[in-house]
Amino acid sequence: MSLLETTPSIFLENGLEIKLKEIHSAPLISSWVWYRVGSRDEIPGKHGISHWVEHMQFKGTEKISSDEMEKSVSRSGGAWNAFTYLDWTTYYETMPADKIDIALELEADRMVNTTYDEKEVESERTVVISERQGRENSPGFLLSEALHSAAFRIHPYGHEVIGDKVDLESIQKNDLHRHYKTYYSPNNAVVSIAGDFDKEKMLKRISDLYQDIPSGNDPPRVNRPENPQRGEHRLTVEGPGETVLGDVAYHTPSASEPDFFPLLILDSILSGPQGLNMFGGGGISNKTSRLYKRMVEDKEVVVDIHGGLPATIDPYLYTLKFILHPNSTADDALMILDEEIQHIQDAPPHMDELKRAVKQTQALFAYGGESITNQAFWMGFSKMFASYEWVTKYLENIAAVTPDDVQRVAQQYLQQNNRIVGIYHPHKKGNYNQ
Amino acid sequence: MTEQDFSTLNIKSLPGPDDITRIQLKNGITLLFRPNMNSMAVSIGGYIQAGSIYDTQDKLGLADFTTSTLMRGTKTQSFQEIFDSLESIGASLGIGCGPHTAGFGGKALAEDLPTLLKLLADVLINPIFPKKDIERVRSQLLTGLDLRAQDTNSMAMLEFDKTLYKGHPYQYPSDGYIETIEAIQVKDMAAFHKKHFGPKEMTLVVVGPFEPESVISLAEEHLGGWLNEEQVGPLQVPDMATPENSVENHHIIKEKSQTDLVVGTIGPSRRWEGYYSALLGNSVLGQFGMMGRIGESVRKKAGLAYYAYSALSASIGPGQWMVLAGVAPDNRDKALDLIKSEIKKFVGQPISSEELRDVQSNYIGKLPLSLESNAGVTSALLTMEQHQLGLDYLQNYEKMNQKITPESILEAAREYLDPDRLIISSAGPEL
Repeated sequence: MSLLETTPSIFLENGLEIKLKEIHSAPLISSWVWYRVGSRDEIPGKHGISHWVEHMQFKGTEKISSDEMEKSVSRSGGAWNAFTYLDWTTYYETMPADKIDIALELEADRMVNTTYDEKEVESERTVVISERQGRENSPGFLLSEALHSAAFRIHPYGHEVIGDKVDLESIQKNDLHRHYKTYYSPNNAVVSIAGDFDKEKMLKRISDLYQDIPSGNDPPRVNRPENPQRGEHRLTVEGPGETVLGDVAYHTPSASEPDFFPLLILDSILSGPQGLNMFGGGGISNKTSRLYKRMVEDKEVVVDIHGGLPATIDPYLYTLKFILHPNSTADDALMILDEEIQHIQDAPPHMDELKRAVKQTQALFAYGGESITNQAFWMGFSKMFASYEWVTKYLENIAAVTPDDVQRVAQQYLQQNNRIVGIYHPHKKGNYNQ
Repeated sequence: MTEQDFSTLNIKSLPGPDDITRIQLKNGITLLFRPNMNSMAVSIGGYIQAGSIYDTQDKLGLADFTTSTLMRGTKTQSFQEIFDSLESIGASLGIGCGPHTAGFGGKALAEDLPTLLKLLADVLINPIFPKKDIERVRSQLLTGLDLRAQDTNSMAMLEFDKTLYKGHPYQYPSDGYIETIEAIQVKDMAAFHKKHFGPKEMTLVVVGPFEPESVISLAEEHLGGWLNEEQVGPLQVPDMATPENSVENHHIIKEKSQTDLVVGTIGPSRRWEGYYSALLGNSVLGQFGMMGRIGESVRKKAGLAYYAYSALSASIGPGQWMVLAGVAPDNRDKALDLIKSEIKKFVGQPISSEELRDVQSNYIGKLPLSLESNAGVTSALLTMEQHQLGLDYLQNYEKMNQKITPESILEAAREYLDPDRLIISSAGPEL
């Protein structure tokens, strides 16, 4: 079954939304539970709490111990994990079809019954801090953190999902438990399941497992829209390393806005097609994109450049990331980048470039559709910031973009006074030799 | 929780002799093909005996540099033309380098298989190593080495390999060092290509919605005429003994927040008869659930690391059996003590029958998931061919799995792991 086929939502009385897709190509089922909570819902002093709650969800319930959770899924050969992002947190299991009930029971149980033990909270505190320290080892993370902080003074998107160390040191068990009880409820969740099952039987099983879980109150939302940026922000980060990195981020609209699709095409033309698939499928290289050709090949000012336009609920960022060529300067790289942006602002792209973007998108869907995990992922993911139609009409919306649309969004959003430029400067040199 | 009993594979659904076509093209290239009529896409993969073990001391990184430049231009197409052909149809093709082989992989919509194979053949057979492009790639490789020098994980592994494999071709990084990359010239690449790239011992795997005859015909058309009389045969690498005693080293990278730690020793090759016992044993040690016994001890109970697991890396020659962890610099020694203690326990007594049952079931259950996509099947067929496991390997998997005992795992563990003879490498801020 193609990723593009529609599946209607089913709602239980407690508000739980269920999306089911039968796919019988392999004896596998992928089950996801999505919660509308992420770093977007965090307040000062509690940055990182959503991600830490995700870690606590592996600590067990009164019915299923942590050990039993791990072993029962692993024993079946299932793949499982969880992710916390800006707008959502999700848990998934992809299992042999005859073992899926383990996952279904586990997820229904931990929606409301996770135990919060003081000792476990403290043990996980050091694990989460260690996860953050691992990321701090990367210059790219340090630059990205500074850039987000400069881009969002008011909105919580200014903080990394992993959270701030000072908050990770001070958040207490009661804070975590309160966050869990506030956001983990059926009316704030979506269950998306794809694979080798009978839809009616699966729906009955999901209903049996979830229908007695009471609805929660509508969770509070942080409503702190970012003010329009008035002028370009520039920042530098210094640290260890040998290589200069650059991030250039433009404020862009949310994924549900009509301009998001022309922006995706713009990104494809400038820096290559976006990878759509979280689980396999792979990507397509960007060697013929305008920025790669000009900055890496013609002018040799950078050794690599990539773009990213994440799909989010609130307006977020289109970011171009580059690694500077050792014989170049950040100013040289920015000058060439600006020339290319000016070029697309001055003249609409050729129709061939748009056709290519459509073909690339078709291919990425075909690759991603091979994975049942991707199929279930997309049903839930799209519900976190828009609707499932966002996926099923994706190709149609991409194909409807005109050269003038692309030129218009380039003119509207890729303005210097709408961007943040971040440069990572290594403050010493010294290479490792034999 | 309701849980059904031991997993059982549906053997007939797994790739096997009935649906895998394995033939030799006219020039000796081995072609493996498995149809997947449900798919709209095709996956290809393969390898040539042109890995980094063929590098000379003063030109370390030559194999990697050469493979990185194959797509920079051919006798008939420029770099931009090659990538224009690929990207305009949403296809991908990449070529990389390991210790023994140069490997390639790609995918495309099914109707574009002819284009993909034609391009593959052109870049493998007809590269011209344009000088300007070579310098561009050199800059990229040197920048990669600068980034490597700041990566605690890469540097810990580099130190580990250098110490563990002292005197063996595996001691060197396939991406070389700054001075060796700077020393490589176009003529070195052309000579390397002439000597090591050719149809001898080359394997090509195709998985997608086709009849075997059409794939064979396409492979013959594009690759079957490739001959290279000067191509040399594969090099045999020597074995390595377990280190005589423990060696510890730390590579300082200032201002880092975390230290990466690698603790391990020589492991089995992929063709060792006890490999599967070692594999299941490794799962108990540091994989199963949330990273096995190591994860339980270092992450879950002590809260010392976000990641802590064991890994078995096995290929043609002597492999590696190691534990990896990322820890706060102050916790390095504490984590090391816990890791050593778990290794000691692991070689001290057999695992429990429950642990064995857990990992046996895990390996059987996850097999269908690994074969879900065309790329997954491609990867499995490449492993089967490279290590001569036989076309019925996947269909025999369950039987092989169930023959493993706690005693065979203990025997495999004792063959390689000795808590008093470990290489301990770390990278991070000063200790």
